[in-house]
Amino acid sequence: MTKKQRKMLIRIIVCAVMLIALQFIPVAGIPELILYLAAYLIIGYDILKKAGKGILNKQVFDENFLMSIATVGAFVQAISTRSGDYVEGIAVMLFYQIGELFQSYAVGKSRANISALMDIRPDYANIEVNGKLEQVDPDEVSIGSIIIVQPGEKVPLDGIIIDGNSSLNTSALTGESMPRDVKEGDEIISGCINMTGVLKIQTTKEFGESTVSKILDLVENASSRKSKSEDFISRFAKIYTPAVCYSALALAVLPPIIRMAFLGLPAQWGVWTYRALTFLVVSCPCALVISIPLSFFAGIGGASKEGVLVKGSNYLEALSQAKYVVFDKTGTLTQGVFEVTGVHHNSLKDSTLLEYAALAECASSHPISKSLQKAYGKEIDRSRVTNIEEISGHGIIAQVDGKSIAAGNSKLMKKLGIPYDDCHSVGTIIHMAIDHEYAGHIVISDVVKPHSKEAIAELKKAGVKKTIMLTGDADRVAKQVAADLGVDEVHSELLPSDKVSEVEKLLSMKSEKENLAFVGDGINDAPVLTRADIGIAMGAMGSDAAIEAADVVLMDDNPLQIAKAIKISRKCIRIVKQNIVLALIVKFACLALSAVGIANMWFAIFADVGVMIISVLNAIRALKVHKL
Amino acid sequence: MKKTYKIEVDCANCANLMEDAARKTEGVASATVNFMTQKMIVEFEDGKDSKDVMKNVLKACKKVEPDCEIEL
Repeated sequence: MTKKQRKMLIRIIVCAVMLIALQFIPVAGIPELILYLAAYLIIGYDILKKAGKGILNKQVFDENFLMSIATVGAFVQAISTRSGDYVEGIAVMLFYQIGELFQSYAVGKSRANISALMDIRPDYANIEVNGKLEQVDPDEVSIGSIIIVQPGEKVPLDGIIIDGNSSLNTSALTGESMPRDVKEGDEIISGCINMTGVLKIQTTKEFGESTVSKILDLVENASSRKSKSEDFISRFAKIYTPAVCYSALALAVLPPIIRMAFLGLPAQWGVWTYRALTFLVVSCPCALVISIPLSFFAGIGGASKEGVLVKGSNYLEALSQAKYVVFDKTGTLTQGVFEVTGVHHNSLKDSTLLEYAALAECASSHPISKSLQKAYGKEIDRSRVTNIEEISGHGIIAQVDGKSIAAGNSKLMKKLGIPYDDCHSVGTIIHMAIDHEYAGHIVISDVVKPHSKEAIAELKKAGVKKTIMLTGDADRVAKQVAADLGVDEVHSELLPSDKVSEVEKLLSMKSEKENLAFVGDGINDAPVLTRADIGIAMGAMGSDAAIEAADVVLMDDNPLQIAKAIKISRKCIRIVKQNIVLALIVKFACLALSAVGIANMWFAIFADVGVMIISVLNAIRALKVHKL
Repeated sequence: MKKTYKIEVDCANCANLMEDAARKTEGVASATVNFMTQKMIVEFEDGKDSKDVMKNVLKACKKVEPDCEIEL
């Protein structure tokens, strides 16, 4: 509790004790009034002061004004009717203050909770000075410095490991609990926790530019972008309070006049004034106004804990209405890394064929050559290779161990006049010929991520109508992948600019209320990310471009996270809607009840504080998203 | 030019009022109040001194919510 809250608590206790004691102390008349008045001022002086200041500053209609009018009114009524029932006005103020205290405590608590969730800020960096470790502020470490990270410490800055190996806990960044193994030469990003070994890191970025700073900045500013629901509520509150005040005035004045003038009945001024005051107590808009930003804040906080960074409440809202999800195939559903997935029709052993292929391609840095070299897996002895001739668009011919090796596509085989077997597998096919004899082919393809299929199914379950895959790959490859994964629609052989126009076509086809999300790996797809209703960049650890362009950033490259992000957003929006509906129904029901005189002031204050407590507790639920 | 200020405000509705007040202040191009993180992000019009403008913003905010505080 803060100092302010503690002071409030003391005031509440003192006032409550006084109220109870006054029930047993036999005082009457003026002394009684003075004692009750003292209790009232103890609990309500600040509200009265604020209401007074509001009037002076021409900001009349706020909740302080409502509460002051209602309680002072109740007091005046108790005096004028000589009923001696001063308790009501004081109790209303007391419960109002209890509600306010609870609200400020709950908000403060969840603010602290959420901030703790996002606490990935490193406190210091270790620098070696004359053989001793010294802790310095990460802000002061310049690019290219060597820092030491010991087991259990956070990596303070982005960099490259120059010595040591270890496992990293990236869960604070990605939500992924499996540790990641790193070794010398690997890039490392700030915010991870070093678990096992000592790492020596050469920094590549300043602290302000490091991943951890970027993420913190993003998350902290996220709730500043307001959602439509929040705009609705603040507009609503602006009209609502004055409207209620005038209605209350009308309720106090009109019925008695009508009764007197037209019906010939007694005016009953007291009854109608009381009803009007009750009306004012019910009308406080606090529950609505507090619970909505709190829900969004909790939702964004809970999501970032799971490695889903949402850049604003508005995006969280938009994401919840995502009905179309468009994928850029490479890097999202597939690894974006080419791998040898098969060796067919070969006369030699698989490994021998791969060895020849890798040796023949040893001079090339093409991704295909790289994947061949990787599949071969051993050190390449370049001295075995001579006369390398690269035929652009065809392949390579080279001498390996004195044999003539041709490795390339079907065009190369045709050119050399070697009969070859076509392949029915999907992917890039490398045909091999040794000494002008066909020796089989190697299939290289982009590997589908292990959770892609599951992810598509999860999206459907989360209420996504259609999944669409865009790719620059060959039609056959694309169709095969789409069929494997269960994607609804495929557009293949697209150039990067075609992707934008495809997305635009899809955007024009959908209805206004449905949103289209585009998922990319953040490489080369910034235009599409910005064009879609919601741009989702995945596997974004360390990629600045993606963090800039996207609205939602998935720290992990697991496609299951997309469905999770949508589910989190749905839950959060559901809570927001529940709160709006609950608060409005209870408010309007109580307003009606108090207008006809069924609800008294006690009822009104309990309804007001009760709704507020329920909606705050409900809002905090948005934080719990781990099991979605 | 955009600057972020730490603020102190107790109720969400008052935060909205502060935002309104800040937006209407001369020299402010746009303003956002984030109740949950207790921050005010103010974008100033070109050529205005942020310190002078913020003094007026604080004055305007105090008018709508006497209890608020902006760390300048």
